[in-house]
Amino acid sequence: MNGRFAPGTFTPAPGAGRPVRMLFTHARTEAALTLRNGEQVLLTLLIPLALLVGLTLVHVISLPEPRVDSVTPRVFALAVMSTAFTGQAIALGFDRRYGVLKRLAATALPRWLLVAGRVLGCLAVVVLQLVVLGVAAALLGWAPTAAGLLWTVLLTVLGTLTFGALGVLLGGALKAEVVLALANVVWLVLLFAGGIVLTADTLPAGMAEVVRLLPSAALTEGLTQALVDGSAPALSTVATLAAWGAGAGLLATRTTRLS
Amino acid sequence: MSVPAVEVYDLVKSFGATTAVNGLGFRVDRGAVLALLGPNGAGKTTTVEICEGFRRPDAGKVRVLGLDPVTEGARLRPRIGVMPQGGGAYPGVKAAEMLRLVAACAANPLDPAWLLDILGLDGCARTPYKRLSGGQQQRLSLACALVGRPELVFLDEPTAGMDPQARRLVWELVAALRADGVSVLLTTHLMEEAEALADQVVIVDHGRVVAEGTPRELTAAGPDEQQLRFRAKSGLDTGLLVAALPEGCRVTEPSPGGYLVAGVVDPQVVSTVTAWCAQQGVLAEELQVGRRSLEDVFLDLTGRELRS
Repeated sequence: MNGRFAPGTFTPAPGAGRPVRMLFTHARTEAALTLRNGEQVLLTLLIPLALLVGLTLVHVISLPEPRVDSVTPRVFALAVMSTAFTGQAIALGFDRRYGVLKRLAATALPRWLLVAGRVLGCLAVVVLQLVVLGVAAALLGWAPTAAGLLWTVLLTVLGTLTFGALGVLLGGALKAEVVLALANVVWLVLLFAGGIVLTADTLPAGMAEVVRLLPSAALTEGLTQALVDGSAPALSTVATLAAWGAGAGLLATRTTRLS
Repeated sequence: MSVPAVEVYDLVKSFGATTAVNGLGFRVDRGAVLALLGPNGAGKTTTVEICEGFRRPDAGKVRVLGLDPVTEGARLRPRIGVMPQGGGAYPGVKAAEMLRLVAACAANPLDPAWLLDILGLDGCARTPYKRLSGGQQQRLSLACALVGRPELVFLDEPTAGMDPQARRLVWELVAALRADGVSVLLTTHLMEEAEALADQVVIVDHGRVVAEGTPRELTAAGPDEQQLRFRAKSGLDTGLLVAALPEGCRVTEPSPGGYLVAGVVDPQVVSTVTAWCAQQGVLAEELQVGRRSLEDVFLDLTGRELRS
């Protein structure tokens, strides 16, 4: 009856794979799936690109000149939020629905790697986004300093971790449809009222103080300080981002469910 | 002597007011195939998910390869293979990509390309999961369960949604696993699957074990009562047959064309039955003595009523 399979074919030889290999394979799969998904590409790349070009060339809101220098940090912040928060939350919500998390949790993949792989996948997509957006901005006349770029890299990593933790918090706890709706609403609210398109310092005094406490405003402000002012981001922006990330991360470890 | 593959004692699990598992216990020996057989809602999947560490039992004790699946899951998971019931892949992932991801989690994986080939999935290796047929998705899920060369595999309704060829292939695979010393815990509601594959069958209903044993033990008739079954044209008049048979033999036609003679079945009875068939001008097909089918045992134990 076993003609098809030579004896010994399935002799047990169990064991966990090498963590580095697991991490990279998982991250690569996550990144490839994001880039293959049309809606995700629209959210993560096309909308930020359209805003970059639109806000630079069309004078709908008043911005300090050169306009592209003011727009680029905001679009970078938006790109990070789109991928790490909205995209991540929606993907996680549906991956839970479709049993992907359970499937992966049943392998030798340790729990920490289950999160780390997704975060690294996100980071890879964010890097790709920022390169594309950066090239487009450069074509529009953007010329950042080396120090500004270095701070941008650090802020991008911190921002991805913070928004990633928030994305996992939302996507890991609720039903997929609810996640889809909430993640998009939060994205829209933060984009227009969360200090990205309209930065906190242009808002009325009472509102500005509140908006400044949001991670979206903190990331935009930090990136603006680094890229426009050429200075180190204020400690308050870094602290705000870190606090949101740590809070969301801690909460997510309690609320995230596999299915 | 190594510990058993799976040990379950007095397992209880409730969801709200529903008791899914109610004092279940069984044991899978190393290298053996055990089938949990039961109707839908009997508690099979809940039991398997507790063994896999996905759910915590309310009461009772579970040891898988000697480990507690909840508290020692990180040590257990590299040693087991899991085929969950339905789903279990990113909708957009390509079949080969998914299998390579799961293979990357194992120290000594089987070659994913070979595994896709033997499971008849080489033609759709680059097809996104959501566009695979139900049977193809099941086969990919099986491949994911086997790719890490596990000591023990959990197969939750492995052939659900498969065509007969694919089912036959899965049966061959399970036989090959067993021959190579892999322990298997599978759930099914297909009698012939349990009968063909399992060393040990545990019939479960309402979260309890209602019978267990080898398929032969379960289907053996009582000491003084045997059965003779055969198939022939339906609606034959069995009056003459009853008259010719010894006192105490009963003749029924439980399904159209399926005849059952119950009583003390000795060589003389077999001869009487075949002589009667010759008189009727019919050929007795699939003539079988001594064993109830597993389906009879199952229906006797779990009832013949359709469940909602």
